[in-house]
Amino acid sequence: MLQAIDLECVRGDRCLFQGLGIELAPGQCLHIAGDNGAGKTSLLRILAGLLSPTQGTVLWQGQDITRTREEYGSDLAFVGHLNGVKDELTVLENIRFEAALRGSDASTESALAALIRLGLEDFADVLARQLSQGQKRRVALARLCGAARARLWILDEPFNALDARAVGSLYALIEEQLAAGGIVVLTAHQKVDLPADALRLDLLSRAFA
Amino acid sequence: MTAALLAVIRRDLLLALRQRGDVVNVLLFFVVVVTMVPLGVGPELSVLRMIGAGTVWVAALLASIVSLARLFALDYADGSLEQMLLSGQPASVVVIGKILAHWLVTGAPITLAAVPICVMFDLGLESTGTLVAALGLGTPALSLIGAVGAALTLGLRGGGVLVTLLVLPLTVPVLIFGAGAVDATAGGLSPAADLLLLGGLSLGSAALAPWAIVTALRISLE
Repeated sequence: MLQAIDLECVRGDRCLFQGLGIELAPGQCLHIAGDNGAGKTSLLRILAGLLSPTQGTVLWQGQDITRTREEYGSDLAFVGHLNGVKDELTVLENIRFEAALRGSDASTESALAALIRLGLEDFADVLARQLSQGQKRRVALARLCGAARARLWILDEPFNALDARAVGSLYALIEEQLAAGGIVVLTAHQKVDLPADALRLDLLSRAFA
Repeated sequence: MTAALLAVIRRDLLLALRQRGDVVNVLLFFVVVVTMVPLGVGPELSVLRMIGAGTVWVAALLASIVSLARLFALDYADGSLEQMLLSGQPASVVVIGKILAHWLVTGAPITLAAVPICVMFDLGLESTGTLVAALGLGTPALSLIGAVGAALTLGLRGGGVLVTLLVLPLTVPVLIFGAGAVDATAGGLSPAADLLLLGGLSLGSAALAPWAIVTALRISLE
Protein backbone atom coordinates (compact mmCIF):
# COMPACT_ATOMS: atom_id res chain seq x y z
CA MET A 1 0.00 0.00 0.00
CA LEU A 2 1.26 3.45 -0.91
CA GLN A 3 0.34 6.35 1.35
CA ALA A 4 1.23 10.00 1.17
CA ILE A 5 0.38 12.08 4.20
CA ASP A 6 0.00 15.85 4.22
CA LEU A 7 2.43 16.50 1.37
CA GLU A 8 3.55 20.02 0.68
CA CYS A 9 5.89 21.02 -2.10
CA VAL A 10 7.40 24.48 -2.52
CA ARG A 11 9.61 25.12 -5.55
CA GLY A 12 11.30 28.49 -5.50
CA ASP A 13 8.75 30.70 -3.78
CA ARG A 14 5.75 29.02 -5.38
CA CYS A 15 3.70 26.53 -3.40
CA LEU A 16 2.74 23.75 -5.83
CA PHE A 17 0.48 21.87 -3.47
CA GLN A 18 -0.10 21.45 0.23
CA GLY A 19 -2.07 19.18 2.51
CA LEU A 20 -2.11 16.52 -0.19
CA GLY A 21 -3.01 13.00 0.89
CA ILE A 22 -2.94 9.88 -1.26
CA GLU A 23 -3.77 6.31 -0.39
CA LEU A 24 -3.50 3.52 -2.93
CA ALA A 25 -4.32 -0.12 -2.28
CA PRO A 26 -3.00 -3.05 -4.36
CA GLY A 27 -4.66 -3.14 -7.77
CA GLN A 28 -5.36 0.58 -7.87
CA CYS A 29 -4.30 3.05 -10.51
CA LEU A 30 -3.89 6.79 -9.99
CA HIS A 31 -3.89 9.21 -12.91
CA ILE A 32 -2.47 12.61 -11.97
CA ALA A 33 -3.68 15.40 -14.21
CA GLY A 34 -2.92 19.11 -14.27
CA ASP A 35 -1.58 21.85 -16.48
CA ASN A 36 2.08 22.47 -17.21
CA GLY A 37 3.79 23.61 -14.04
CA ALA A 38 1.09 22.26 -11.74
CA GLY A 39 3.58 20.01 -9.98
CA LYS A 40 2.88 16.61 -11.53
CA THR A 41 6.52 15.70 -12.02
CA SER A 42 7.47 17.05 -8.59
CA LEU A 43 4.75 14.92 -7.00
CA LEU A 44 5.96 11.80 -8.82
CA ARG A 45 9.57 12.48 -7.80
CA ILE A 46 8.44 12.91 -4.20
CA LEU A 47 6.55 9.61 -4.37
CA ALA A 48 9.66 7.94 -5.83
CA GLY A 49 11.86 9.38 -3.07
CA LEU A 50 13.99 11.45 -5.45
CA LEU A 51 12.73 14.77 -4.11
CA SER A 52 12.08 15.48 -0.46
CA PRO A 53 8.78 17.21 0.18
CA THR A 54 8.80 20.49 2.07
CA GLN A 55 6.51 18.78 4.53
CA GLY A 56 4.82 15.41 4.88
CA THR A 57 5.84 11.80 4.43
CA VAL A 58 5.41 9.00 1.93
CA LEU A 59 4.80 5.51 3.33
CA TRP A 60 5.20 2.21 1.49
CA GLN A 61 3.71 -0.81 3.31
CA GLY A 62 3.41 1.46 6.32
CA GLN A 63 7.09 2.44 6.40
CA ASP A 64 8.70 5.79 5.64
CA ILE A 65 10.39 5.46 2.25
CA THR A 66 13.38 7.60 3.25
CA ARG A 67 14.21 5.04 5.95
CA THR A 68 13.79 1.95 3.78
CA ARG A 69 15.27 3.13 0.50
CA GLU A 70 16.66 -0.25 -0.58
CA GLU A 71 13.46 -2.22 0.08
CA TYR A 72 11.39 0.52 -1.55
CA GLY A 73 13.68 0.65 -4.58
CA SER A 74 13.37 -3.05 -5.24
CA ASP A 75 9.56 -2.76 -5.18
CA LEU A 76 9.53 0.29 -7.45
CA ALA A 77 9.82 0.75 -11.21
CA PHE A 78 10.23 4.41 -12.13
CA VAL A 79 10.02 5.77 -15.65
CA GLY A 80 10.81 9.45 -15.43
CA HIS A 81 11.14 12.38 -17.71
CA LEU A 82 14.57 11.10 -18.70
CA ASN A 83 14.71 7.60 -20.10
CA GLY A 84 17.81 6.45 -18.24
CA VAL A 85 18.97 4.65 -21.37
CA LYS A 86 22.68 4.73 -22.20
CA ASP A 87 23.35 5.86 -25.79
CA GLU A 88 26.65 3.97 -26.01
CA LEU A 89 25.18 0.61 -25.01
CA THR A 90 23.01 -1.59 -27.20
CA VAL A 91 19.35 -2.05 -26.36
CA LEU A 92 20.03 -5.52 -25.02
CA GLU A 93 22.98 -4.36 -22.90
CA ASN A 94 20.84 -1.59 -21.41
CA ILE A 95 18.14 -4.01 -20.36
CA ARG A 96 20.49 -6.69 -19.12
CA PHE A 97 22.47 -4.21 -17.01
CA GLU A 98 19.34 -2.95 -15.34
CA ALA A 99 18.18 -6.49 -14.58
CA ALA A 100 21.61 -7.41 -13.19
CA LEU A 101 21.68 -4.33 -10.98
CA ARG A 102 18.23 -5.08 -9.62
CA GLY A 103 19.26 -8.66 -8.97
CA SER A 104 16.62 -10.14 -11.27
CA ASP A 105 17.05 -12.47 -14.23
CA ALA A 106 19.66 -10.82 -16.48
CA SER A 107 19.74 -13.56 -19.13
CA THR A 108 19.51 -12.71 -22.82
CA GLU A 109 16.28 -14.72 -23.09
CA SER A 110 14.38 -12.71 -20.50
CA ALA A 111 15.69 -9.44 -21.95
CA LEU A 112 14.53 -10.52 -25.40
CA ALA A 113 11.13 -11.44 -24.02
CA ALA A 114 10.76 -7.89 -22.72
CA LEU A 115 11.82 -6.49 -26.10
CA ILE A 116 9.29 -8.64 -27.96
CA ARG A 117 6.50 -7.26 -25.77
CA LEU A 118 7.42 -3.75 -26.84
CA GLY A 119 8.10 -4.56 -30.47
CA LEU A 120 11.85 -3.88 -30.24
CA GLU A 121 13.16 -7.38 -30.95
CA ASP A 122 14.75 -6.32 -34.26
CA PHE A 123 16.76 -3.62 -32.48
CA ALA A 124 18.31 -5.76 -29.73
CA ASP A 125 21.88 -5.26 -30.96
CA VAL A 126 21.51 -1.67 -32.10
CA LEU A 127 23.21 1.09 -30.10
CA ALA A 128 20.58 3.13 -28.27
CA ARG A 129 22.09 6.25 -29.85
CA GLN A 130 20.66 5.17 -33.22
CA LEU A 131 17.10 4.78 -31.95
CA SER A 132 14.31 7.31 -32.40
CA GLN A 133 12.85 9.13 -29.40
CA GLY A 134 9.84 6.80 -29.28
CA GLN A 135 12.02 3.70 -29.50
CA LYS A 136 14.20 4.94 -26.63
CA ARG A 137 11.04 5.48 -24.61
CA ARG A 138 10.12 1.87 -25.29
CA VAL A 139 13.52 0.70 -24.05
CA ALA A 140 12.84 2.63 -20.83
CA LEU A 141 9.42 0.98 -20.58
CA ALA A 142 11.03 -2.44 -20.96
CA ARG A 143 11.90 -2.22 -17.27
CA LEU A 144 8.19 -2.75 -16.64
CA CYS A 145 8.22 -6.19 -18.25
CA GLY A 146 11.12 -7.64 -16.29
CA ALA A 147 10.78 -11.13 -14.92
CA ALA A 148 10.66 -9.93 -11.32
CA ARG A 149 7.83 -7.46 -11.54
CA ALA A 150 7.98 -4.36 -9.35
CA ARG A 151 4.86 -3.91 -7.25
CA LEU A 152 4.69 -0.16 -7.67
CA TRP A 153 5.03 1.65 -10.99
CA ILE A 154 5.55 5.40 -11.13
CA LEU A 155 5.36 6.62 -14.71
CA ASP A 156 5.93 10.23 -15.77
CA GLU A 157 4.23 10.87 -19.12
CA PRO A 158 4.77 7.28 -20.27
CA PHE A 159 2.74 7.77 -23.45
CA ASN A 160 4.96 10.56 -24.77
CA ALA A 161 6.50 9.86 -28.19
CA LEU A 162 4.94 6.39 -28.41
CA ASP A 163 3.19 5.17 -31.56
CA ALA A 164 -0.31 3.62 -31.49
CA ARG A 165 1.00 0.07 -31.23
CA ALA A 166 3.32 0.84 -28.33
CA VAL A 167 0.52 2.72 -26.54
CA GLY A 168 -1.56 -0.46 -26.89
CA SER A 169 1.23 -2.60 -25.38
CA LEU A 170 1.60 -0.15 -22.50
CA TYR A 171 -2.13 -0.31 -21.73
CA ALA A 172 -1.91 -4.10 -21.76
CA LEU A 173 1.07 -3.97 -19.36
CA ILE A 174 -0.78 -1.61 -17.00
CA GLU A 175 -3.85 -3.85 -17.00
CA GLU A 176 -1.71 -6.91 -16.21
CA GLN A 177 0.02 -5.02 -13.41
CA LEU A 178 -3.30 -4.01 -11.84
CA ALA A 179 -4.74 -7.49 -12.23
CA ALA A 180 -1.67 -8.92 -10.46
CA GLY A 181 -2.31 -6.61 -7.51
CA GLY A 182 0.28 -3.98 -8.44
CA ILE A 183 -0.10 -0.23 -8.08
CA VAL A 184 0.33 2.25 -10.94
CA VAL A 185 0.75 6.01 -10.59
CA LEU A 186 1.04 7.95 -13.84
CA THR A 187 0.73 11.37 -15.42
CA ALA A 188 -0.47 11.92 -18.96
CA HIS A 189 -1.41 14.87 -21.09
CA GLN A 190 -3.35 12.91 -23.67
CA LYS A 191 -6.79 11.52 -23.01
CA VAL A 192 -6.07 8.23 -21.34
CA ASP A 193 -8.03 5.05 -21.64
CA LEU A 194 -7.42 3.62 -18.18
CA PRO A 195 -9.66 1.10 -16.41
CA ALA A 196 -12.94 2.64 -15.22
CA ASP A 197 -12.01 2.37 -11.53
CA ALA A 198 -8.77 4.33 -11.95
CA LEU A 199 -8.54 7.26 -9.56
CA ARG A 200 -7.89 10.72 -10.86
CA LEU A 201 -6.12 13.56 -9.09
CA ASP A 202 -6.26 17.06 -10.52
CA LEU A 203 -3.45 19.33 -9.46
CA LEU A 204 -4.60 22.89 -9.91
CA SER A 205 -2.14 25.05 -11.70
CA ARG A 206 -1.48 28.35 -10.06
CA ALA A 207 0.95 29.30 -12.74
CA PHE A 208 -1.24 32.17 -13.96
CA ALA A 209 -3.09 32.93 -10.77
CA MET B 1 25.29 -7.05 -3.60
CA THR B 2 28.54 -8.31 -5.14
CA ALA B 3 26.60 -9.04 -8.33
CA ALA B 4 25.37 -5.46 -8.42
CA LEU B 5 28.90 -4.14 -7.80
CA LEU B 6 30.29 -6.26 -10.64
CA ALA B 7 27.43 -5.20 -12.93
CA VAL B 8 28.24 -1.52 -12.37
CA ILE B 9 31.99 -2.06 -12.92
CA ARG B 10 31.31 -4.06 -16.10
CA ARG B 11 28.97 -1.40 -17.43
CA ASP B 12 31.35 1.48 -16.78
CA LEU B 13 34.30 -0.39 -18.29
CA LEU B 14 32.19 -1.17 -21.35
CA LEU B 15 31.21 2.48 -21.63
CA ALA B 16 34.88 3.48 -21.32
CA LEU B 17 35.73 1.02 -24.08
CA ARG B 18 33.04 2.48 -26.35
CA GLN B 19 34.32 6.00 -25.65
CA ARG B 20 38.00 5.13 -25.85
CA GLY B 21 38.87 8.69 -26.84
CA ASP B 22 38.04 10.01 -23.39
CA VAL B 23 40.31 7.52 -21.65
CA VAL B 24 43.19 8.06 -24.05
CA ASN B 25 42.83 11.85 -23.74
CA VAL B 26 43.29 11.73 -19.97
CA LEU B 27 46.41 9.63 -20.31
CA LEU B 28 47.80 11.93 -23.01
CA PHE B 29 46.99 14.93 -20.82
CA PHE B 30 49.08 13.38 -18.04
CA VAL B 31 52.01 12.61 -20.34
CA VAL B 32 51.94 16.03 -22.02
CA VAL B 33 51.80 17.96 -18.73
CA VAL B 34 54.76 16.00 -17.32
CA THR B 35 56.75 16.44 -20.54
CA MET B 36 56.33 20.21 -20.43
CA VAL B 37 58.32 20.49 -17.19
CA PRO B 38 61.77 19.27 -18.36
CA LEU B 39 61.33 21.40 -21.47
CA GLY B 40 60.68 24.46 -19.33
CA VAL B 41 63.22 23.79 -16.58
CA GLY B 42 66.09 22.79 -18.83
CA PRO B 43 68.29 19.68 -18.98
CA GLU B 44 70.08 20.05 -15.62
CA LEU B 45 69.89 16.47 -14.26
CA SER B 46 70.21 17.30 -10.58
CA VAL B 47 67.28 19.73 -10.79
CA LEU B 48 65.15 17.23 -12.74
CA ARG B 49 65.89 14.49 -10.22
CA MET B 50 64.76 16.78 -7.44
CA ILE B 51 61.43 17.86 -8.97
CA GLY B 52 60.58 14.61 -10.80
CA ALA B 53 58.34 12.98 -8.24
CA GLY B 54 56.48 16.17 -7.38
CA THR B 55 55.83 16.90 -11.06
CA VAL B 56 54.45 13.43 -11.71
CA TRP B 57 52.14 13.74 -8.70
CA VAL B 58 50.81 17.16 -9.70
CA ALA B 59 50.15 15.93 -13.22
CA ALA B 60 48.40 12.81 -11.89
CA LEU B 61 46.29 15.01 -9.66
CA LEU B 62 45.26 17.29 -12.54
CA ALA B 63 44.56 14.35 -14.85
CA SER B 64 42.34 12.70 -12.27
CA ILE B 65 40.36 15.91 -11.73
CA VAL B 66 39.93 16.48 -15.46
CA SER B 67 38.54 12.97 -15.87
CA LEU B 68 36.35 13.10 -12.76
CA ALA B 69 34.21 15.88 -14.19
CA ARG B 70 32.55 13.22 -16.33
CA LEU B 71 32.22 10.54 -13.64
CA PHE B 72 28.59 11.30 -12.79
CA ALA B 73 27.73 14.06 -15.28
CA LEU B 74 26.76 11.82 -18.21
CA ASP B 75 24.68 9.45 -16.07
CA TYR B 76 23.02 12.45 -14.49
CA ALA B 77 22.13 14.01 -17.84
CA ASP B 78 20.48 10.92 -19.33
CA GLY B 79 18.65 9.79 -16.19
CA SER B 80 20.60 6.58 -15.58
CA LEU B 81 21.94 7.96 -12.30
CA GLU B 82 18.46 8.26 -10.79
CA GLN B 83 17.63 4.78 -12.07
CA MET B 84 20.73 3.37 -10.36
CA LEU B 85 19.83 5.08 -7.09
CA LEU B 86 16.31 3.62 -7.31
CA SER B 87 17.52 0.12 -8.15
CA GLY B 88 17.04 -1.25 -4.66
CA GLN B 89 20.80 -1.69 -4.18
CA PRO B 90 22.62 0.35 -1.54
CA ALA B 91 23.61 3.58 -3.29
CA SER B 92 27.12 3.29 -1.86
CA VAL B 93 27.63 0.01 -3.77
CA VAL B 94 26.77 1.77 -7.05
CA VAL B 95 29.12 4.65 -6.18
CA ILE B 96 32.00 2.34 -5.20
CA GLY B 97 31.56 0.38 -8.43
CA LYS B 98 31.69 3.53 -10.51
CA ILE B 99 34.81 4.82 -8.74
CA LEU B 100 36.56 1.47 -9.02
CA ALA B 101 35.86 1.37 -12.75
CA HIS B 102 37.05 4.97 -13.02
CA TRP B 103 40.29 4.15 -11.24
CA LEU B 104 40.88 1.15 -13.52
CA VAL B 105 40.73 3.37 -16.61
CA THR B 106 42.61 6.41 -15.22
CA GLY B 107 44.58 5.75 -12.00
CA ALA B 108 45.95 2.40 -13.13
CA PRO B 109 47.17 3.50 -16.60
CA ILE B 110 48.69 6.65 -15.07
CA THR B 111 50.60 4.52 -12.56
CA LEU B 112 52.00 2.43 -15.41
CA ALA B 113 52.73 5.45 -17.63
CA ALA B 114 54.88 6.85 -14.83
CA VAL B 115 57.57 4.22 -15.51
CA PRO B 116 58.87 5.65 -18.83
CA ILE B 117 58.36 9.16 -17.48
CA CYS B 118 60.78 8.49 -14.62
CA VAL B 119 63.53 8.00 -17.22
CA MET B 120 62.87 11.55 -18.40
CA PHE B 121 63.64 12.82 -14.89
CA ASP B 122 66.60 10.44 -14.39
CA LEU B 123 65.03 9.03 -11.24
CA GLY B 124 66.88 5.72 -11.17
CA LEU B 125 65.48 2.25 -10.68
CA GLU B 126 64.87 2.41 -6.96
CA SER B 127 63.08 5.76 -6.97
CA THR B 128 61.01 4.66 -9.96
CA GLY B 129 59.84 1.60 -8.05
CA THR B 130 58.88 3.74 -5.07
CA LEU B 131 57.03 6.25 -7.24
CA VAL B 132 55.02 3.54 -8.96
CA ALA B 133 54.13 1.96 -5.61
CA ALA B 134 53.18 5.38 -4.23
CA LEU B 135 50.99 6.14 -7.25
CA GLY B 136 49.33 2.75 -6.98
CA LEU B 137 48.55 3.36 -3.30
CA GLY B 138 47.67 7.05 -3.61
CA THR B 139 45.65 7.39 -6.82
CA PRO B 140 42.60 5.58 -5.33
CA ALA B 141 42.46 8.38 -2.73
CA LEU B 142 42.55 10.96 -5.56
CA SER B 143 39.64 9.24 -7.31
CA LEU B 144 37.60 8.97 -4.10
CA ILE B 145 38.18 12.55 -2.94
CA GLY B 146 37.63 13.89 -6.45
CA ALA B 147 34.36 11.99 -6.72
CA VAL B 148 33.02 13.87 -3.70
CA GLY B 149 33.73 17.14 -5.51
CA ALA B 150 32.19 15.83 -8.74
CA ALA B 151 29.03 14.76 -6.89
CA LEU B 152 28.73 18.12 -5.12
CA THR B 153 29.00 20.17 -8.30
CA LEU B 154 26.77 17.93 -10.42
CA GLY B 155 24.48 19.94 -12.67
CA LEU B 156 26.08 23.27 -11.75
CA ARG B 157 27.15 25.75 -14.37
CA GLY B 158 30.93 26.12 -14.41
CA GLY B 159 31.19 23.07 -12.17
CA GLY B 160 34.57 22.11 -13.63
CA VAL B 161 36.50 25.01 -12.11
CA LEU B 162 34.64 24.65 -8.84
CA VAL B 163 35.58 20.96 -8.60
CA THR B 164 39.22 21.89 -8.99
CA LEU B 165 38.98 24.51 -6.23
CA LEU B 166 37.14 22.15 -3.91
CA VAL B 167 39.25 19.08 -4.47
CA LEU B 168 42.83 20.30 -4.85
CA PRO B 169 43.25 21.48 -1.21
CA LEU B 170 41.89 18.15 0.04
CA THR B 171 44.48 16.19 -1.89
CA VAL B 172 47.47 18.01 -0.36
CA PRO B 173 48.33 15.12 2.03
CA VAL B 174 48.41 12.66 -0.87
CA LEU B 175 50.78 14.96 -2.73
CA ILE B 176 53.08 15.45 0.29
CA PHE B 177 53.43 11.80 1.21
CA GLY B 178 53.55 10.71 -2.43
CA ALA B 179 56.50 12.95 -3.20
CA GLY B 180 57.98 12.29 0.25
CA ALA B 181 58.22 8.56 -0.41
CA VAL B 182 60.42 9.16 -3.45
CA ASP B 183 62.55 11.73 -1.61
CA ALA B 184 63.15 9.23 1.18
CA THR B 185 64.25 6.57 -1.29
CA ALA B 186 66.56 9.00 -3.07
CA GLY B 187 68.06 9.96 0.30
CA GLY B 188 68.76 6.32 1.13
CA LEU B 189 65.96 6.00 3.69
CA SER B 190 63.04 3.60 3.74
CA PRO B 191 59.87 4.95 2.07
CA ALA B 192 57.73 2.60 4.17
CA ALA B 193 56.27 5.28 6.44
CA ASP B 194 55.12 7.45 3.52
CA LEU B 195 53.73 4.47 1.62
CA LEU B 196 51.81 3.28 4.67
CA LEU B 197 50.35 6.74 5.14
CA LEU B 198 49.31 6.83 1.46
CA GLY B 199 47.58 3.48 1.83
CA GLY B 200 45.94 4.76 4.98
CA LEU B 201 44.69 7.85 3.18
CA SER B 202 43.19 5.68 0.45
CA LEU B 203 41.50 3.37 2.94
CA GLY B 204 40.29 6.28 5.02
CA SER B 205 38.71 7.97 2.02
CA ALA B 206 37.26 4.62 0.89
CA ALA B 207 35.47 4.47 4.23
CA LEU B 208 34.20 8.05 4.31
CA ALA B 209 33.87 9.23 0.71
CA PRO B 210 31.03 6.90 -0.48
CA TRP B 211 28.77 8.20 2.29
CA ALA B 212 29.52 11.82 1.36
CA ILE B 213 29.12 11.09 -2.36
CA VAL B 214 25.71 9.42 -1.93
CA THR B 215 24.46 12.34 0.15
CA ALA B 216 25.76 14.84 -2.41
CA LEU B 217 24.19 12.89 -5.29
CA ARG B 218 20.80 12.82 -3.59
CA ILE B 219 20.94 16.58 -3.10
CA SER B 220 22.01 17.13 -6.71
CA LEU B 221 19.11 15.03 -8.01
CA GLU B 222 16.47 17.10 -6.21
